Amino acid sequence: MENQNLNLLDRALGLDGPSEPWPLSGRVVLIEDCVETSGSFVLHQLVKRSLSPTSSNVIIFVAFANPFSHYDRILRKLGCNLVTQRDNKRFIFFDMLMLRCPDVDEGKSSEGGLVLLYEKILKTICGLPGDKKDYVTIMIDDISLVEVAANGGSDYVLDFLHYCHALTSEFDCSLITLNHEDIYSSMERPTLILQMEYLADILIKAEPLSTGLATDVHGQLTVLNKGTSHRLGRSGNKIHNFHYKVKENTVEYFYPGSRV
Amino acid sequence: MKAAQTPHKKEVPCVFGRPPQLPITKIIRLSAALLARHRRCSTPTAALSLPPRVCSLRPESLSCRLSTIYSWHFTGKTKLCSVDAAMATTKPRLSSFSRNLSAVSSSQTPGVKCGPNGTMFVSSGIADLDKILGGGFPLGSLVMVMEDAEAPHHMLLLRNFMSQGLVHGQPLLYASPSKDPRGFLGTLPSPASLKHDKSRDRESEQEKGLRIAWQYKKYMGENQPNFDSHRDNKQDYCNEFDLRKPLERHYFTRQRVNCVGIQDSKNLAALQEHCASFLAQHQRNDGSCALAGRIAIQSLCAPQCEHSNMDWEMLSFIKSLKGMVRSSNAVVVITFPPSLLSLSSTKRWQHMADTLLSVAAIPDEDKELAKLLSGYQDMVGLLNVHKVARLNTQVPFILEATTFSIKLQKRRFLVLECLNQAPVDGSSGSSYGTSGSCSGSSKAGTLDF
Repeated sequence: MENQNLNLLDRALGLDGPSEPWPLSGRVVLIEDCVETSGSFVLHQLVKRSLSPTSSNVIIFVAFANPFSHYDRILRKLGCNLVTQRDNKRFIFFDMLMLRCPDVDEGKSSEGGLVLLYEKILKTICGLPGDKKDYVTIMIDDISLVEVAANGGSDYVLDFLHYCHALTSEFDCSLITLNHEDIYSSMERPTLILQMEYLADILIKAEPLSTGLATDVHGQLTVLNKGTSHRLGRSGNKIHNFHYKVKENTVEYFYPGSRV
Repeated sequence: MKAAQTPHKKEVPCVFGRPPQLPITKIIRLSAALLARHRRCSTPTAALSLPPRVCSLRPESLSCRLSTIYSWHFTGKTKLCSVDAAMATTKPRLSSFSRNLSAVSSSQTPGVKCGPNGTMFVSSGIADLDKILGGGFPLGSLVMVMEDAEAPHHMLLLRNFMSQGLVHGQPLLYASPSKDPRGFLGTLPSPASLKHDKSRDRESEQEKGLRIAWQYKKYMGENQPNFDSHRDNKQDYCNEFDLRKPLERHYFTRQRVNCVGIQDSKNLAALQEHCASFLAQHQRNDGSCALAGRIAIQSLCAPQCEHSNMDWEMLSFIKSLKGMVRSSNAVVVITFPPSLLSLSSTKRWQHMADTLLSVAAIPDEDKELAKLLSGYQDMVGLLNVHKVARLNTQVPFILEATTFSIKLQKRRFLVLECLNQAPVDGSSGSSYGTSGSCSGSSKAGTLDF
């Protein structure tokens, strides 16, 4: 990690330290975005960092939003070949685009689809060779579509997320999820997003600038890192805020006003 | 001299028998007048050969003169050959105004264009919208149009979209909450005839005389000469549609158009079946582009449909439709009135769209707006571009302007224009800061500049 070009996001996430143990293992990361600014570039960045040659991570990518070809093309431009990684069993892709829990039996079946998904993830983790089992990252893109797949049963989605969260303590894997915060901002009791924000150790929020979109600055990122515990003890909450510009091969992060 | 004759290399066209003494521009004017009599000829060609010593003008400036004065005849096919006495023809030089359209369209499939990142585009039916969106609608994407309850402008977009597909022979699936969806096909516009194109080109040329500095952006794009060939309708990527002329009936054959009514069905299962079978015929097979398909669903959450209060059912339908269309060579356009959905549902729908547009009505006789915008009287409505499809890439598409005015040119042709601020009337005595500024307007909330 040390000899790579680290950007502000890496530093905010704590990825600028030693790569063993993986700084995000056992932690839950929530990425929030809105219609004007999509946060999927953060997800791509995390995929790239997780699959770097110095780390031995395995990613289980549960995709509800886009097919494999979409991520493959994007990551290739970022310098990471997902097809090779998939063949090397470092990148496991679950295509959930067509998942639809049949609502014939209102309660049971919606849950049923997600229970099966959880079991599939568990089986995959247990099926990994011993050394790889400690470095699993589960990524879910995105939670609002999991809700749609469960026909609105957000309780089942929460149960599913709690079970995945249990995996972070059981297997030391990290859980990275993406959700759209503006869907819940008009609700009276947005249980799902509140619980997710509570569970998350790191909260990354992508928002547009208050002055609107611009060609040079695509938006601002706010990273809330809820205390890391390492050898030197626990550190408190840290909030980072910076602007970003998304390009094909990279994403530029810079403090407001510091861009020439 | 009649048109379409290639004179001998040393022959000077004898218009009136005294060519060496006539100035060049006069020769051109006279021959153009002759060509005018042969206007019926669809591809008028004329070869003027002039010995170099007579022609004091350089070939480039000669072609410029030709183009500015007689554009409606010289449509980009003019070649200037410098004829040397010793050689029959030297390398033909393409004149400065012929447009190089190489690698823009896929020659195998009409109506499909290659785009960046391995995407392919089909036209929306509105040339200005294609330009704004960077090429058109990408195949495999979901386009959503948010309706305005006060005006049916989304129908304009839908009609052009459907007509464009039919003109290119692309199969269409149309779903609507009306009692007789097939009847809507009678309102689809037809591509404008050639005559209209020619006269339109000529008029735009004549208007070019005076350029006003404060609207320079309007003319920036017009610096490229307007010579794209509208000659062959079938081969055009995007046609000009004449809203007053209905589409010929032979386009509506049963194989090509399938109309589905969604008002009477209990839920969306039937529509989903139709879409699934339609999209199965357009499966993408690794790069090869068979015929592209189009699905147009009008007013998906219209209140007369039984499913309109089943929020999750509709979301589920859209999600599965999106999943199916991603792996096929088709584009889906869904229009819906957001005022009938809850705020949270509207946001969910917006997130599911790859391309998100919205239309808004413009009140008639709004004096505030008339003072603020130029060309207010011609505007029919406003179009807002919220999101542009980003398939296979993470880079957002930032537009210079997101709000455009919908205008009907000559009450026939749909055009989209950037909003331009009207000039502040100095004589009225009001200062720039009050009446002219955008932020001071009472309507600033609905308009994005």
